[in-house]
Amino acid sequence: MAVPRYWREIPQRYNLVGTKCGSCGKIYFPPKVVCPTCRRKSLGHMEDCALAGRGTVESYTIIYAPPPHFEGEEPYTMALIKMDEGCYLMGQVVDLEPQEIHIGLRVEACFRRIYEDGTRGAIQYGYKFKKMEEAETP
Amino acid sequence: MREVALIGSGVTEFGELWEKSLADLVAEAGITAIMDAGIDGTDIDALYIGGMSAGRFVGQEHLGSLAAEVAGLSDLHIPATRVEAACASGGLALHSGYLAVASGAYDVVVVGGAEKMTDVPGTEATNILASAANREWEAFFGATFPGLYALMARYHMHKHGTTSKQLAQVAVKNHHNGTLNPKAQYQRKISVEDVLNSTMVADPLHLLDCSPITDGAAAVVVASVETARQFTDQPVRIMASCHASDSISLSERSRFDALPAAVSAARCAYRQAGVEPTDIDFAEVHDCFTIAEIMAIEDLGFVDRGQGGPATEDGLTARDGDIPVNTSGGLKSKGHPVGATGIAQIHELMLQLRGQAGQRQVEKADIGLSHNVGGSGGTAVIHILEAI
Ligand SMILES: [Zn+2]
Repeated sequence: MAVPRYWREIPQRYNLVGTKCGSCGKIYFPPKVVCPTCRRKSLGHMEDCALAGRGTVESYTIIYAPPPHFEGEEPYTMALIKMDEGCYLMGQVVDLEPQEIHIGLRVEACFRRIYEDGTRGAIQYGYKFKKMEEAETP
Repeated sequence: MREVALIGSGVTEFGELWEKSLADLVAEAGITAIMDAGIDGTDIDALYIGGMSAGRFVGQEHLGSLAAEVAGLSDLHIPATRVEAACASGGLALHSGYLAVASGAYDVVVVGGAEKMTDVPGTEATNILASAANREWEAFFGATFPGLYALMARYHMHKHGTTSKQLAQVAVKNHHNGTLNPKAQYQRKISVEDVLNSTMVADPLHLLDCSPITDGAAAVVVASVETARQFTDQPVRIMASCHASDSISLSERSRFDALPAAVSAARCAYRQAGVEPTDIDFAEVHDCFTIAEIMAIEDLGFVDRGQGGPATEDGLTARDGDIPVNTSGGLKSKGHPVGATGIAQIHELMLQLRGQAGQRQVEKADIGLSHNVGGSGGTAVIHILEAI
């Protein structure tokens, strides 16, 4: 999958740093240069904002027919996750049996290898998710 | 804005057409539509062609010029434009042609759509189709195109109680219709069990919940209503042509059990046409996956939100139901050459509205609707047509 090389330099992919709108306070991930709610008012007021990395599975699928870079990894679980900050993001959920995934599962981000560009190519890293280990205090 | 009509249409056979090139398909569909309309090359003011990714499927870009060349129109030097909006490229090409005629800029334009998808291996096709999603924030992490619709399917099931069996019934119905379409890629019936027992692609979507990889092309001729009568006794009026966009990323949508772009385009189309959902006699909708047809009939207001599954189960959308959907076989059975799909839907509407649909002709066909979607819902294009 031809992802531009600049991708490896994007820190947000490692650190889960999104953007907070200085006007309405809403938090976005991936980072945005303009708030879709405040638009013009938000320009110049979008600030970096690290996500805590915790969220809830809103929907999920198990991929059996992967794209070229993920061949051999199947079946793997992808989920649409609602982060505690309110934004949604897409990622793999790992370290669990496919039948363990369910809507409402609490997950936390972890830093993992995403795929390798061929056997000698660059390794692409980024976030995945795993079941939250510690019980949460409400 | 002027009143606009369609005066001719044509499609190629859909399927794995290894003996035909992209250029062959474009020429065949275009010339069929031109013959059907009874126009001559010199009558044509402009060309539009929809194509998603010919550059990656067959290494060919610059489809506007290619279409002019193969249609024998190069010497006329008419404007020839390629339009891209993933799987909605065809519908958006028609919208572009419609606007050009409605504005008065052109009187007669030919609009085509084409895709040649079977020359690359299956995993590569999966990868190319994933470019309709957000490459950096969805596909990069391993999301596939069926995977995105699977996420919507799982969400719809959880929220509305939609079942795998109801999804399967969309495929069963559309395959049934496809047996009556000699141009369809698959002309065989399947059962609910066949769908549920087929290989899992992206849970909960099985192989038979997915539309196939297809080669094919389609074309229509657009003219102002006053020009149309010079060429045909059976023009079809474009009552509405609406285009809406949304985020390319599924995760940035306002909801996951609907396509907000389709809801928006539908609202625009009903207003433009001055009709209600109950006025629509039949429709061709974008069933790239079975869940997509369930959401489509909800987004279009044919049924209430969450009722798409039960309504399909009850036969509402069957060929003899209250509102026949995908009489052509849909993307599921007719095939889904992505750039051609939006135009092939219009071809089916024209056949039905002109009473030329043969064995699959629906009884009441005065007003028809087409619903063409790009990506996981980043683009929606809706047309409403009537026989005049
Ligand atoms: Zn804001």
